[in-house]
Amino acid sequence: MARAALPGRLTWQFARVVETIAETPTAKTLVLEVPEWPGHDAGQHVDIRLTAPDGYQAQRSYSIASAPEHSHLELTIETIDDGEVSPYLTEELRVDDELELRGPIGGYFVWREELGGPLQLVAGGSGIVPLRSMLAHRAAVSSEIPTRLLYSARTLEDVIYRDELARAGEGVTLDLALTRAWPPDWAGLTGRVDQDTIARVTFAAGERPWVYVCGPTGFVEHVSASMVAAGHPADRIKTERFGPSGTGGS
Amino acid sequence: MSDPVDGNALAGDLRASLHAEMTAATGRCGHCGALSLVGELVVYLDAPSPVARCRHCGSVVFVVHRFREPPQIVWSGFAVGEPPAA
Repeated sequence: MARAALPGRLTWQFARVVETIAETPTAKTLVLEVPEWPGHDAGQHVDIRLTAPDGYQAQRSYSIASAPEHSHLELTIETIDDGEVSPYLTEELRVDDELELRGPIGGYFVWREELGGPLQLVAGGSGIVPLRSMLAHRAAVSSEIPTRLLYSARTLEDVIYRDELARAGEGVTLDLALTRAWPPDWAGLTGRVDQDTIARVTFAAGERPWVYVCGPTGFVEHVSASMVAAGHPADRIKTERFGPSGTGGS
Repeated sequence: MSDPVDGNALAGDLRASLHAEMTAATGRCGHCGALSLVGELVVYLDAPSPVARCRHCGSVVFVVHRFREPPQIVWSGFAVGEPPAA
């Protein structure tokens, strides 16, 4: 474990929890100090490994929530009730505890400001996490790239980073779609994101946006197929799928 | 059985084993000949060793043995081009 990190090599290391932030009744952000963190790109993830006293290990992937420019690494974890890993991360882990991880990982589902835009983000549930890193990166470098976020959640209470997204700033348009329940005075979108919703609140294909879709597998399949049907070239659409709920596993 | 995820979920295992970022690399399925990004493969995680399948024909293209350290990738018909610079 104490191996020094070699360039290009991916090795397990320990991070220390410096803060935990309750985002929603089921999602929590872990703020981590990682001694040998080489830096990351928005959209990348880490693998986390838990080891039981008998040596049994469980490994899951979690998207990075923080911007490359932030001082600490942040992960936002959605609790899966019968999960093997997430309940430990959201309910048991305390400040100053250590956590074994490796990363950053992934080169496909990433966005850097130099790539340009417009930037179309589409999130289902905790699929917002890597997209939040992209938005925070955009803000950190004072980018003026026109950006739209379509974010589907079950209820308003389930919307992660709600206050932060509401003040995402100049050039960012946010559309929230609530699928299960919404307040009586709700003026936003309701129901499942469909082809019509996509046509109304996302960039048209003619504007040639980069499209990032992250969420549960069924959501991502549905949205990416709708984007292709709307004329977006497949190579401008980047997708990341996780299981029925949670970020990359349980 | 849980829903499959995609090749992004195996990026860590691939890099730990091959020392290269592979999700943005393109490969050709040896079963049906379709070209696809590693990040777009269909991945089943709820197996003793995760399995990656071709999105076009469903054939198994590799299996990851996580009980090895580093993980062992067992290929079964996927020709990967040069990975982009890590």
